[in-house]
Amino acid sequence: MAHTAPPSPNAHDAEGFAPGAAPEQARPNRDRLKRAALREGVSVSVLSLPALLLVFFGLILPCGWLLLLSFVGADGSLSWENYQRMIDSPSYYRIFVTTFQISLLTTLICVALGYPLAYVITLLPKSLVALALLAVLLPFWTSMLVRTYAWLVILQNNGVINSMLIRNGIIDAPIALVHNFTGTLIGTAHIMLPFLVLPLYNAMRSIDRGLILAAANLGASPTVRFWTVYFPLTLPGLIAGALLVFVLSLGFYITPAILGGGRVIMAAMRIQSSVALYANWGAASAIAAVLLLATIIFLLISLWLSRHVFGSRGG
Amino acid sequence: MLRWLQGSAWDQVPHLRRLWLYLVALLVMFVLVVPSLVVIPMSFSASRYLEFPPSGYSLEWYRALFASSTWMSAIRTSLTVAALTVLVATPAGTLAAYVIILARPRAATLMQGALLGPILVPIIMIGVGLFYVYARMGLLNSVTGLVLAHSMLALPLVMVTVLAGFRTCDMNQEMVARSLGASRPVAFLTVTVPQIKRSILTAMLLSFLVSLDEVIIALFISGGDRSTITRLMFNSLRDEIDPVIAAISTLLILISVICVLIIHLLSTARSAREKT
Repeated sequence: MAHTAPPSPNAHDAEGFAPGAAPEQARPNRDRLKRAALREGVSVSVLSLPALLLVFFGLILPCGWLLLLSFVGADGSLSWENYQRMIDSPSYYRIFVTTFQISLLTTLICVALGYPLAYVITLLPKSLVALALLAVLLPFWTSMLVRTYAWLVILQNNGVINSMLIRNGIIDAPIALVHNFTGTLIGTAHIMLPFLVLPLYNAMRSIDRGLILAAANLGASPTVRFWTVYFPLTLPGLIAGALLVFVLSLGFYITPAILGGGRVIMAAMRIQSSVALYANWGAASAIAAVLLLATIIFLLISLWLSRHVFGSRGG
Repeated sequence: MLRWLQGSAWDQVPHLRRLWLYLVALLVMFVLVVPSLVVIPMSFSASRYLEFPPSGYSLEWYRALFASSTWMSAIRTSLTVAALTVLVATPAGTLAAYVIILARPRAATLMQGALLGPILVPIIMIGVGLFYVYARMGLLNSVTGLVLAHSMLALPLVMVTVLAGFRTCDMNQEMVARSLGASRPVAFLTVTVPQIKRSILTAMLLSFLVSLDEVIIALFISGGDRSTITRLMFNSLRDEIDPVIAAISTLLILISVICVLIIHLLSTARSAREKT
């Protein structure tokens, strides 16, 4: 739509009266306007200073310091030894494998459980949607520590599940559900599930329902239109949510520390023990640097996918 | 309910045909919500040992909680830090969101990215880094140190929440107020802020919860008589489980439920107002 501005009488006059003079006269005014806009821009930007200072002081300074520290050797000189040790020692290798395994499996469990839930919420009548979302938000905002403690109560040897199974004669002796890999995975998946469901539900809600109805009108069965129309449309949201869950899982500390019973050592736990038990800042900072690098790489992949692979279709 | 089951969803698939899918979703919701609630009966247990269901009921663990000076001091610390975090993070985040909404697209994206940092960087890294920095500045075991760290963590949530509020309100009204002679602060406080008060209230509740529930940073930078609830809970959970934890967990759940319900009511009130 082209708007035609009403011809300004002043502009017309100036042009008719002295064609060459107009820009000359306008320049000081324009400069003054530009200066005023700049002053206004600066005075508004100053308002963001408290937030930026907080981020600088609480995030950039400590993390930057840590990154520098990772290149300082035991004798105080610049060196690669912290990273070299990570490559040489098999114990580090095991920790990174465990971290990767937990993150990957957590992501897969969250996708398997979260996709049906998000999908069903889009099918519910309006009055029930709010209730279903509350069921996702409530655990999201409940203390992670409380939820981890609750799983300990449920999964331990004389906990809810084992005593129920024994009482009903399904098993004779309690099965080890906690203080191991399984328990850790249950805890991490429970914490991460809302991180997948909420963005995925938002992505599903923004899908044009007319496309699915059109497929129905053209004779596609419910199964066919789900897999060929609906599912591909949800893929960007699903992949973005899954990558977020994966990235956030890499940094897990509380849950494996309590539910892993010392058998599941993730990278964050090694960072903590390096500092708290051995005061080995070099080792701790090098693991933190690798963790941060992995996080950044996966976030960039997510950004790239949303811009270049899905950007043209999803909009 | 039965009438609804006989109908179809928006995509013309009958609800009855998809009953299995609804049951799966119901099960997932059950797993999401119910496990945490287990701690409530546990907190009223009469036994020292973890057993479920408890063999007898008592208020013993609440009594122990309120009688313990260690726990009471931790509760005081945590509540003070959370309240101060709200007071620091909300104005800082709101002003940042205001700048973002007025900035040019490129600058806005850049600043949003910078302020989302605290969510995306592994918290263990922030915790260790802050421990190192605070040790050199004498901020370890201090309320100030905790408030600064928690405000930084809450900043992204405040920014995103308030930004959503700004997007639904008409920023031109502030321009009108200013062209009528109001200064920028007056126009902002009397014209724009009343329109986004629900978002600001939501942001305040969220930053309160973020601070109250934060564990990892508190593990590194708090201690002594400035320990937070979460620090005491974590140490107890890892070493030997003190049944008092069930009582404090129940209180934490209660606070979360109240905050989430208020936020929920605020958001439904907003969407109801938009419809009319």
